[in-house]
Amino acid sequence: MTTPVVPPPKKDPQKRTRVPTRPSHFRSRAALGLAAAAAEGRFMLQRCSECGTLQYPPRDACASCLSADLPWMDVSPKGKLIAGTVVRTSTNVYFRERTPWRVGTVQLEEGPSIICHVHGDVQTGEDVVLINRLDKSGQAVFLAIPQGRTANMEDDPQMRELTCDPKFRRVLITDARAPNALALAKAFAQAQASIIFIGESESWRSYPAHEELRAVPKVEILPLDVTDTGSVLELCGEIGGKTDILVNNARYVRPGGIMNRGDVIFAKDEMEVNFFGLMRLAQIFGPAMRGRGADGQNSATAWVNVLSVYAWSNMPDYGSFSASNAAALSLSQCLRAELSAGGVRVMNVFSGPTEDEWHQPLPPPKVAPEAIARSVISGLKDGLEEVFVGDVAKDLIERWRAGPKILEREMIENAGQDA
Amino acid sequence: MTTAVLNASSMLTEFAAAIATGEIEVVDLTHTLDPDFPVIILPPEFGQCARFRMEEISAYDHRGPGWKWYNFTCCEHTGTHFDAPIHWVSGRDLPNNAVDTIPPEHFVGPVCVIDCSEGSKTDDDFELTPDIILAWERQHGQIPEDSWVFMRTDWSKRSGAEYLNMRKDGQHSPGPTPEAMRLLVDDRNIRGFGTETVGTDAGQAMHYSPPMPAHYYLHGAGRYGLQCMRNLDLLPPTGAILFSAPLKIKQGTGSPLRVLALVPKEAANG
Repeated sequence: MTTPVVPPPKKDPQKRTRVPTRPSHFRSRAALGLAAAAAEGRFMLQRCSECGTLQYPPRDACASCLSADLPWMDVSPKGKLIAGTVVRTSTNVYFRERTPWRVGTVQLEEGPSIICHVHGDVQTGEDVVLINRLDKSGQAVFLAIPQGRTANMEDDPQMRELTCDPKFRRVLITDARAPNALALAKAFAQAQASIIFIGESESWRSYPAHEELRAVPKVEILPLDVTDTGSVLELCGEIGGKTDILVNNARYVRPGGIMNRGDVIFAKDEMEVNFFGLMRLAQIFGPAMRGRGADGQNSATAWVNVLSVYAWSNMPDYGSFSASNAAALSLSQCLRAELSAGGVRVMNVFSGPTEDEWHQPLPPPKVAPEAIARSVISGLKDGLEEVFVGDVAKDLIERWRAGPKILEREMIENAGQDA
Repeated sequence: MTTAVLNASSMLTEFAAAIATGEIEVVDLTHTLDPDFPVIILPPEFGQCARFRMEEISAYDHRGPGWKWYNFTCCEHTGTHFDAPIHWVSGRDLPNNAVDTIPPEHFVGPVCVIDCSEGSKTDDDFELTPDIILAWERQHGQIPEDSWVFMRTDWSKRSGAEYLNMRKDGQHSPGPTPEAMRLLVDDRNIRGFGTETVGTDAGQAMHYSPPMPAHYYLHGAGRYGLQCMRNLDLLPPTGAILFSAPLKIKQGTGSPLRVLALVPKEAANG
């Protein structure tokens, strides 16, 4: 079993906040395929399409037959820890600050032997599962964990470095009015977040979850309007130094593309919330979070954007909204680059049409607020960067990866059928 | 120079002196343009009134070392604001119906204040009726032609959710009945009508016939509206002069503005 993490003590105000350092982040281009898989929490290796040999480490030509056709495949992560050791010192500053650190070699059932980090509950010779996760530099590493659950296994210090577990962390949910705010608040309470700040815009007008939100344990409602720079500055002045996870769930959605709207007013509102809202939050909260990436048990750890999967390929019936999300997706990549120095992860959670008033005439399946909340929590616990919620989103990203131009054609053909 | 000009000239000199000595008080009827000040809320599928927003361009820093300034954005109908006849469908075809073409002398003139604050205290849907207007006239004389009429409700002392007072069936706030508006516009020939609430009409005025009678009758007759005002409790029932010039927006339907009242000191209310 793992010693459970305890709520961190109050900070000693005379101590300097530890500056975030990063493990080595140099990888070959071929090895970046592991990071792409880890971004979604998948365990993937290259398998030679000519001779079927599973490759490790990633490479440009098959180790067995020299074929260059090495597609990435999901493979079984099961194996055995055949050797292990404990690193007690290191020339790398990141590891030097975190020793002792367990490393080992796992022989996969599928063949290859892999150098990996090792969970505290695993002994040499035992059966393990390898998980592929992003480390604080944003690169993929493997961690050998027990095949079954052990007590408090998420609290293992090496595992917690690879995840963004909300446990004992302080969360800011940016929009109390969003239909998923209540589900998110409840999910974070369940995940033992220590404080759940929720931003509320325009307290002078009501909204359905107003009372229920206040009844969720650990919730503190504070004024925040992502379209108002002054309001973002003010809130950051209060809680910017203790925002460990920021969930930007603010969004503005209206049906319609270009020609069935008579003006750019809704489009501006969409950009104002979905793009500039993200930019304001990132400019104002980003620096504080980046500076607190190694601030103990409740360090700043993740930035979550709740986005539309139509950021990837425009859905003409919601064409302008899709475009604003495409802009937000692009900006999130910039944010990921800028937060990486602090080891703070940017996780985008994409969904198809959601269960709310603006998608009401669309046929099911639609994504429920609870599904988004579950995905946010599980994504944080797995330290992911990309999460696709629901069948529509999963299907769309698969088709996008197969061929964006073909998908664009399909989106055009389907336009007008649903809305 | 004619005598009239000399008189006018000495009147202005005396006026300036009276302002300087405080014999004439300048009362600000304007709310601060604040991002969090309520605006009218329409059903969400309609276009909405933009909130007031500011973005700092520079503040004596690398973006502009010696100066500070902002870009601000808002709707023509955000905050304390002026409604021109072109704002309403009934006034769409009138001449000089936009803020840039209204004769500037219309922006200065006398104002009558009808105190409805007692009734509004106990009734969120308090109505200004012809009876109330006639009772006011019995006390203060007939409303002079071409003057502003303000409905004082003390609604401006409310804040937060209390101000719009939105319920499931819409907003609840005081305002004039259609009959009151016809009396003011057709019989008294007023220049404009002003309120402390978010609009010149009552919160539930969509249910009058015609809907939104203040907008409908005022603007249909080429008259003006002022709303989201404050400090009406500092004005006398009669005798104050109003300065209410909107921004000169090309074909603008209204604009946020600074509304000032000149009040003889001895007449100041409260």
